[in-house]
Amino acid sequence: MTETPLIVTKDLTKTYPMGLHTIAALDSVSLSFDKGEFAGLVGPSGSGKTTLLNIIGSLDTPTAGSAVVMGQRIEALTHKEAARLRNRHVGFIFQTFNLLPVYTVYENVEFALLLLGLPPAERRRKVLAALEWVHLADRAKSRPAQLSGGESQRVAIARAIVKEPDIILADEPTANLDAQNSHNILRTMARLNGELGTTFIFATHDFKVMQYLRRTVTLIDGRVDTDQQTDGRPGTSGAGEQP
Amino acid sequence: MIIPKLALKNILGAGLRTWLNAFVLSLSFVLIIFSQGLLEGMNTQAEEAMIAAEIGGGHYQHAAYDPYDPLSLADAHGALPAPLAVMVSAGKAAPVLVIQGTIYPQGRLIAVQVKGIDPDQTVLNLPTAFLSAAQAGDEIPVLIGERMAALSGLKRGDTVTLQWRDARGTFDARDTVVVQVMKTSVQSIDRGQIWVPLERLREMTGMPGEATFVVLAQGAVRPADSAAGGWRFSGQDDFLADIRAMVESKSVGSSVFYAILLALAMLAIFDTQVLAIFHRRREMGTLMALGFTRGKVIALFTLEGMLNGVLAALVAAVYGIPLLSWVARTGWALPGDTDSYGFAIGERLFPSYSLGLVTGTTLLVLLTTTVVSFLPTRRIARLKPTDALRGRMT
Ligand SMILES: Nc1ncnc2c1ncn2[C@@H]1O[C@H](COP(=O)(O)OP(=O)(O)O)[C@@H](O)[C@H]1O
Ligand SMILES: [Mg+2]
Repeated sequence: MTETPLIVTKDLTKTYPMGLHTIAALDSVSLSFDKGEFAGLVGPSGSGKTTLLNIIGSLDTPTAGSAVVMGQRIEALTHKEAARLRNRHVGFIFQTFNLLPVYTVYENVEFALLLLGLPPAERRRKVLAALEWVHLADRAKSRPAQLSGGESQRVAIARAIVKEPDIILADEPTANLDAQNSHNILRTMARLNGELGTTFIFATHDFKVMQYLRRTVTLIDGRVDTDQQTDGRPGTSGAGEQP
Repeated sequence: MIIPKLALKNILGAGLRTWLNAFVLSLSFVLIIFSQGLLEGMNTQAEEAMIAAEIGGGHYQHAAYDPYDPLSLADAHGALPAPLAVMVSAGKAAPVLVIQGTIYPQGRLIAVQVKGIDPDQTVLNLPTAFLSAAQAGDEIPVLIGERMAALSGLKRGDTVTLQWRDARGTFDARDTVVVQVMKTSVQSIDRGQIWVPLERLREMTGMPGEATFVVLAQGAVRPADSAAGGWRFSGQDDFLADIRAMVESKSVGSSVFYAILLALAMLAIFDTQVLAIFHRRREMGTLMALGFTRGKVIALFTLEGMLNGVLAALVAAVYGIPLLSWVARTGWALPGDTDSYGFAIGERLFPSYSLGLVTGTTLLVLLTTTVVSFLPTRRIARLKPTDALRGRMT
């Protein structure tokens, strides 16, 4: 049984003007990702990981080539269509967590559902379920400023998963976390991937993250250098998953 | 419906900054309403004072009388037309005879208008009763205003020589005694004038039963123009046109003040918005990543700015209503010489805040707040989500 891939990029190129020259953040990247993958873009800083993730997430558009996500051509989407794609199908997790400071943990997670027009009871059920998933149900009323980095990133994960998106894009999600918290959230995400079948794509240069990946795409200077299946089983280092 | 909720939550969540902002904005709110209310109050007060002490229900003037030409006074006197005479005897009108004269206080020479009025009249709110007490004596009792007293150096009880020409143009002179110095806010019954009993003036000039103008009591029914024997009627509005024009010119100054206050308030909001949009780029990027369109983000930020205006109106109401109504009750003591305002106002002003003033100002402030909140958000429309997330502004 061959399903059409969830994400397909073909000769995807992104250039930025740089004085008289242009620099290529992405240079003819052709990749495809299937539903349920737990994949990572790795490579040195400046290799184009974030740029690729942003284009897949319809936050950015390619200069040339194409990216088809959930059957939609990213380069052809209007602003509204792109916003809708993000709203329904894509969850983002950022290095800097990006929680909204004036809202509680509960409200931050609920935020992702606000535009979906769900009845309040269902919204509430989903938010509580998502908080359970990341073991933060007891912090529902806290504000972001009262949370540790690990807790903040778990709220961000809850916010990304609460709408049960098809794709979660995580850009350096562990860069601001210590080792224990890093392993913690990676296990949470691996568990989500296993149980809900959510597709994860990471951008990272953190070795801890790479250990969990089942597919590793290495980018160098905006080009795909290697694309390998990996075992996704980290060593026994690091603590067990606990909140 | 979620955008308004989020906007409210965002501005209340910003805490102290929001309240500080609302307070500053509310100050201009209150100041604008206060200053405009003061002006309105000043206007009404001036008009009321002039009506009470000078205009009454309007004047019937002798055909030859030109209030702007003192020389016209020589001929501007005559017997009252019958319907006016009837009103006078019914207490519904008061005749006034005006002639030119000269007084010589301490050897100085001052040209004055001598106005004869019935000491017992009740048509105008003037202390003419002082003129009756001394009427029996040989010296002519005169009533003057404070400004005239200051100008001439005359005090109550002082004697001063008055010279005038009678009906035939012959000079005559007599000693007068100041029976009272009256305090009045109305300059036009004070400066350059002395008030004497009407009958004495008629005798002195040989103009029995004559007058220059007749003041009607407020609310008295006017006789038909055809019955007025050529006397001209000047109504309240004719008199007030001058001071209204003067108030108009004063309010140009106050409009400038109004505009400056409004501009300051707007600048504060504009600044806050620009800063907020600059500081909250990453938040906007996050909202976009969560699926908010730029339009929604713009709507959210515009609404936040606008709510600042609403909040300011509420804050203004909290302290402004008690403060302003207290001032309206106790009045506002005017600093310095109130005469420099050029029209009749007392030493205390009672501002009046009309519904139109308050709602007009509120709407104006809210409207401008909205516009000023919206302008900076146009930058969001040019913002790329990726730049916003990086915390960059293009
Ligand atoms: N908005 C931009 N303007 C100019 N250059 C950019 C911009 N965004 C990314 N780049 C450049 O594109 C390249 C790839 O960046 P990025 O995708 O962020 O790399 P990575 O995430 O792998 O560190 C870098 O050389 C970066 O400087
Ligand atoms: Mg990056």
